[in-house]
Amino acid sequence: MNLILYSVTALLLMLSFLKDREKTKNALKKAWKAFENILPQFLVVILLVSLLLSILDHETIVKIIGKESGWIGVVLAAVVGSITLIPGFVAFPTAALLLDGGAGYMQIGAFISTLMMVGVVTLPIEIQYFGKRLALYRNTLAFIFSFIVAFSIGKVLEVVL
Amino acid sequence: MTAVIKRYSSFLLVLALLGAISLFNQELGKGVFNSTVMQLKEMLLVIPPIFVLLGLLDVWVPKQAMVRFMGKGSGLKGILLSLLIGSVAAGPLYGAFLVAAVFMKKGVTFSNILIFIGAWSTTKIPMILFEFSALGAPFALTRLLIDIPGIIIIAFLLAKMMGRDEIDAIYEKASKQ
Repeated sequence: MNLILYSVTALLLMLSFLKDREKTKNALKKAWKAFENILPQFLVVILLVSLLLSILDHETIVKIIGKESGWIGVVLAAVVGSITLIPGFVAFPTAALLLDGGAGYMQIGAFISTLMMVGVVTLPIEIQYFGKRLALYRNTLAFIFSFIVAFSIGKVLEVVL
Repeated sequence: MTAVIKRYSSFLLVLALLGAISLFNQELGKGVFNSTVMQLKEMLLVIPPIFVLLGLLDVWVPKQAMVRFMGKGSGLKGILLSLLIGSVAAGPLYGAFLVAAVFMKKGVTFSNILIFIGAWSTTKIPMILFEFSALGAPFALTRLLIDIPGIIIIAFLLAKMMGRDEIDAIYEKASKQ
């Protein structure tokens, strides 16, 4: 994935350079400015995420959304998904492990959905770009919506399996 | 100099707090440190090309072209394009906010920006492939079928909830970044 991203970027950068050196220089300047602009928030987010990941280990998560946790488990799973920031390539195998460990599909659905859509620790970055109100509205709506997703996944998989 | 310290004050504060915690709980401190190093690595790997691409987009793609495809009056084409661009993206959700800022500069409508962010968060193609293999087709397909209309509905709801002047203020802010 990264390889594709880098190849495409390098190719476009080269084309841009061949076509117009001045514009390319301008583009790189803009890239750097945009990066420097958000760097302070990035660093805070990284520290907070690291703290959360250190506190909420795998076993803690299993305990919270394990077997028979019902709607309370769904709510807790949604909360855990909202405050954690786990990359997908870790999250999906973890979710599969949790299912094997006895977690319900509805709970996993809530966890995956909020994990993707709701970002509590990345709020400083979101607010920087979109302001407090929109960031708050978006995350709240996404949180509520995740219950619809969880319920649907729970129902569908009940029928399918 | 003081301006720099002021901008990084939250970071320095959190850093100092974590340092203090580490004094009492070395185990936790070590965990946080390792995780921070890992995440910084990931960030340094994914973030630079995204910013360079954004810089190129900003310089080369004329505003009229973006408006035609995703701006006012782009209708269904704009919605589908926003979904598609969000879905082929790479990187964590905060990457979407950076791209959104450049899209705003180029005159993409607010609802299309929100659809793009929604797609980036939930329907990224590489992630879905992963989801299929890890959690199975019924899980992934159900989520996808609920999420796509959900993203669009949430986008329009959010656009309705925000006042015109608030949206203008967000665009104004983006134009300065």
